Amino acid sequence: MSSAAEATLVAGLRAGDSTAFETLLDKYGARLLRLARRFCGSEEDARDALQDAMVSVFKSIGNFEASSMLSTWLHRIVVNACLMKLRTKKRRDEIDIEEVLPRFQEDGHQLVPSQPWTESAQSMLERDELRALVRSSIEQLPETYRVVLQLRDIEEMSTEETAELLGITPNAVKIRLHRARQALRALLDRHMRS
Amino acid sequence: MVCREVIAFLDDYVAGSLEPARRAEFDRHLAACTSCVAYLGSYRETIRMAKAAAPAIEDVPPELIAAILAAIAK
Repeated sequence: MSSAAEATLVAGLRAGDSTAFETLLDKYGARLLRLARRFCGSEEDARDALQDAMVSVFKSIGNFEASSMLSTWLHRIVVNACLMKLRTKKRRDEIDIEEVLPRFQEDGHQLVPSQPWTESAQSMLERDELRALVRSSIEQLPETYRVVLQLRDIEEMSTEETAELLGITPNAVKIRLHRARQALRALLDRHMRS
Repeated sequence: MVCREVIAFLDDYVAGSLEPARRAEFDRHLAACTSCVAYLGSYRETIRMAKAAAPAIEDVPPELIAAILAAIAK
């Protein structure tokens, strides 16, 4: 969307024009719903989160700064709505992350030597069952780690943006991301190695 | 340098944020440790796979659009 078209859209949103909200949903809705689906465990929660987020947009569009990207602002509001939704839910089937992190011998070498993987992200794109495996493995990560992995590696937010959004330090983001990747690697390992 | 240190700071290695001297230590270890080479490869692939596994973009269902517009109109 051009900056002029975005400015017109924002003006319509600020005026409470329902047509502007329809345009907003038409332009950004599909991406925002996919974002909500990644974060929420169920389709119902993803839809609820998107609806809550859009109500927030309606109420807070006056605070949107024209110097910001509308898509980034919307993205943050949807993530916040998803985090609120997650806080009210008890998640099940989460792994104990300590159980899957690498272990070492006393001399610092890996206790169980790692094996190369034969599957790749490229081959995964062609296989639905591999995509499903990766998604279900991400779902098994404890929420504090899963959310950081989603924001940093999947949504490609910066460490600083992620820290601000979650109310934690950049160093905590870094530590959680590394542990989340290691845990996800461990969950995928037996399916991927030769 | 041993495997424990390599794996503890693998995120910095992958991000390219290690100091040159530190990176050289990593490279020396990797040149001699097939297990850490395998771990590094699978760590990188994990990052790619997490991204590639994202669900496809689908249109917002009409009933959800209707529900959102109704919620805003309240």
